Amino acid sequence: MFSNFMTFAPFILQGLTTTVMVFLYGALLAYSIAIIAGLMRTSQFAIVRTIAAVFVELFRGTSLLVQMFFLYYALPQLIDGISMSLMLAGSLAVGLNYGAYASEVVRSAINSIHIGQTEAAISLNMSRFQRLRLVILPQAFRLMLPGFGNNAIELLKGTSLVYFIGLADLTFNANVLRGSNTAISSQVEIYTYLLVAYFLLALPLIVLARYLEKRASKGVTLS
Amino acid sequence: MSDVWDWAFAWEIFPDILSAITVTISVTISAYFLSLTVGLVFALLRRSAFKPLALSIAGIIEFIRATPPLVQLFFVFYTTPLTGFQTGVLVLGIHYATYVSEIYRSGINAVPNSQWEAGKALNFSKAQMWKKIILPQAVPPVIPMLGNYLIVLFKETPLLLGVFVMEMMSTARAIGSQTYSFVEPITIVGFLFLILSYPSALFIRYLERKVGNLHGNKVETRGMKT
Repeated sequence: MFSNFMTFAPFILQGLTTTVMVFLYGALLAYSIAIIAGLMRTSQFAIVRTIAAVFVELFRGTSLLVQMFFLYYALPQLIDGISMSLMLAGSLAVGLNYGAYASEVVRSAINSIHIGQTEAAISLNMSRFQRLRLVILPQAFRLMLPGFGNNAIELLKGTSLVYFIGLADLTFNANVLRGSNTAISSQVEIYTYLLVAYFLLALPLIVLARYLEKRASKGVTLS
Repeated sequence: MSDVWDWAFAWEIFPDILSAITVTISVTISAYFLSLTVGLVFALLRRSAFKPLALSIAGIIEFIRATPPLVQLFFVFYTTPLTGFQTGVLVLGIHYATYVSEIYRSGINAVPNSQWEAGKALNFSKAQMWKKIILPQAVPPVIPMLGNYLIVLFKETPLLLGVFVMEMMSTARAIGSQTYSFVEPITIVGFLFLILSYPSALFIRYLERKVGNLHGNKVETRGMKT
């Protein structure tokens, strides 16, 4: 066992670029959505809140895999002229799904800023936008960061699902290997390398999330 | 829209997908109870006085949490004689046990230190303290959060597509690839997930507010996906 490292590992790692790309595109989309949807959910207008809430509940209420299949298989059939590349469909699904989760982080961070802060800003005659930009967001942001860090780990794990739509990521390559190496010992080997690869990818994110958590709790008492 | 959404077809395949829901639900329930049990074991072992054990459990939890459940499914399915269903229950159960153990941990941490001291004063053994003092106070406040994980698990069951279990999503994909129309089956699955998970999520949120107020303590959790 573990004697085929030199043949298996490089083959699996060919999918590394794809996994990392889906992760980066997905994360970029997810955090943009998170901030937009999170802010929308704290809006004073009921209609804006409702739009964001429907979006978030829609994506949180169904599975990532269902969404991915919908985007890749159903959407092109539903609307003529839409054809998505695998990469686009995969990153879009991952980004939208985890964006919906992360928007809850943004919302709870904004909600946990004490009402006195808003009142103080009002008494200083700040405009609504100034209040948000200068008083609320800088404080809320540090509370969001640990949540974002953990979300990134979840997102990285979520990228493995692009295997199902046929995108050649790490998981996909490992499964190709599995098809041609049917001995149990080779299978153990292949998936062990795959698990370790994902763990090594997640490791910096874990460390980052830990660090952010420690920093966010420093010198603040939340009530 | 009308030419791509075929009501007759949707109506025809609906019973097939709906009947697969029993598989989805039995995976969810079995994996859920496994995760509650294993989660408690993880949480207790992590506090073990024997440091090497506590540390290695922490390491195992970190590793399970950081790697995709899909890969874990493949690993177990292709290296053990377990069926797809058993693999699904085992892997989802243990994967989410790591999250569940964090929830228990937060509950245990929320029990005031004086409760331990009181137990010591009464000359309770360690096991007695856990059973009679700590757990009865640690678990009830976190029940709503544990409930959340039932929904999370439910939404993860489509992964079992990878190990050939015919749950809702696999059935929908099978129909899609036979008929070349994916819109109806996938939409129906999404719809079923939505109408089952959203009301339960609302109920749990309500419960959480209620229980949270009741106990008057805020329970902190690290990176929980809810």
